[in-house]
Amino acid sequence: MRAVTRAELAPTTYAREIRATGLQVRAGRKRLAVDGLDLSLGTGVHGLLGPNGAGKTTLIRALATVLRPAGGELELLGETVRGPGEYRALRRRIGYLPQEFGYYKRFTVREFVEYMAWLKEVPAAEIPAATQRAVERVGLADRADDRMKALSGGMVRRAGIAQAIVNDPAVLLLDEPTVGLDPAQRLRLRELLQELGTEACVVVSTHLVEDVAAACTDVLLFAEGRLVFQGTPDALAAAGGPEHEGDSPLERGYSALLVDPARRTRGAW
Amino acid sequence: MTVEHPSARLLAAYVDDGVPGAAAPTVALAADELWAVEAHLEACPACRERLSAAVGTGAPAVAALTAAVWSELEPQLAVAAPAPPRRLAARLSTWTTPAMTPWLAMVLVVTALALLLDRANAGPDPDRISLLLVLAPVLPVGGVAAAWSRGLDPAYELTAATPRAGLPLLLRRTAAVLAVVLPALLIGGWATGVTAAQWLLPCLAFTSTTLALGALLGVTRAAVAVAAGWLAVVVAPTVAAGRTAAVLRADGLPLWGAVLALGVAVVVARRGAWTAPGQNR
Repeated sequence: MRAVTRAELAPTTYAREIRATGLQVRAGRKRLAVDGLDLSLGTGVHGLLGPNGAGKTTLIRALATVLRPAGGELELLGETVRGPGEYRALRRRIGYLPQEFGYYKRFTVREFVEYMAWLKEVPAAEIPAATQRAVERVGLADRADDRMKALSGGMVRRAGIAQAIVNDPAVLLLDEPTVGLDPAQRLRLRELLQELGTEACVVVSTHLVEDVAAACTDVLLFAEGRLVFQGTPDALAAAGGPEHEGDSPLERGYSALLVDPARRTRGAW
Repeated sequence: MTVEHPSARLLAAYVDDGVPGAAAPTVALAADELWAVEAHLEACPACRERLSAAVGTGAPAVAALTAAVWSELEPQLAVAAPAPPRRLAARLSTWTTPAMTPWLAMVLVVTALALLLDRANAGPDPDRISLLLVLAPVLPVGGVAAAWSRGLDPAYELTAATPRAGLPLLLRRTAAVLAVVLPALLIGGWATGVTAAQWLLPCLAFTSTTLALGALLGVTRAAVAVAAGWLAVVVAPTVAAGRTAAVLRADGLPLWGAVLALGVAVVVARRGAWTAPGQNR
């Protein structure tokens, strides 16, 4: 039987899983991809929407403690992230799926997820069971012993989601998880996200508006390193009128909030 | 520590307490007793067995309920695949990543080639060049570079966000590199008559220098710098003089010892620098 540790019984000392004030994060050496972001995210599924190059990936990498904030304040699970440091206890409770994630092609799905569980300091005795559970949740149980190089793009992405959830994270960061998934798999992923969002703070970056409508409790509209809008999907839909571009109410809301007249003249996209 | 198990009376009272819709229990269980019995049952399989026996005789309604739950669960449990234990390959990957494998293979091939050439070149001349000795310092460097590199390790982004990313993981992988390099050199040295003392210190000194420079430059760049230093300090004098450079002979050992000590000192002093592969500047 598993002993309950002191850490698990400790009361939470934070109100929101993710809290940022005036957050600045650099992409590369100079450019501030996230510039003065104020954010407060609790339990639920938060959809991070924005055009390409808005700084979504940089923000997610900063939330995953891979990038250090260049300015402002970032608090994850009540712990302030600042400067270099090892954030071991914090990282144990974070799950992260990068947009383009590398993996070892020789590994089987199970070996890959087990290896990631080990890196995340899941207790050795729990690794096989945690791996099996994660692989089953993403629907890869029948392919668990196939090598990663034999998988299709969608399956690789699902293996990536499995490694992100293997440590039962309190903060789950998924960068474009729906890329490469077929419609049925996307539906299944949305269900999984809703399930995970009941007890964890899930941040999903996407550029597909319909993903947000179906799975998210909360939408963050992000453009040029700043938060443009935060609210429910319904509030996003309400922001758009018939005069705005788009095929669905959400898309019209997206265009209404994002495309201001000054920027419309500038680019073809 | 001796554990006190609840008496049969307490267990019977606990069973009575738990029967839904039953009349008032014959022996009332105080709240603190209830709590103590329950806490003990959670931790003690033997008493859970006694409890299930007590339930079977004392509370048929509960027994029927659990039997019904089991009969519903059992088909589902039969279908669920048990998690297989981790295999040896998975445990090995905690020491060396697949990204390091080609480098480790290269180390073995190079050692074997150096050994063959040395054997072909064997002679009584005490000043003859031992290729094995010349190569020994630089052999582990490539493996260490592959162990902690943004460019060579495809999984660096995933590794970078995990709690284990840091000096202990880098040292673990470095140990794996040395575990391949040192036996190979030991066999090679034994076959060509080069004593372990001659290559062991240079080999370890270059490894620690790579790690120490890695804290400042990044491990990959450090490996390149160390290899360049090896060309300048060891290979060039060897080629120019036509005999093994002085630093690799017995009189060079204190120097290598000093380099090793310095490298270890820098690594210890800068141990917080490695939070992610390829990001230690």
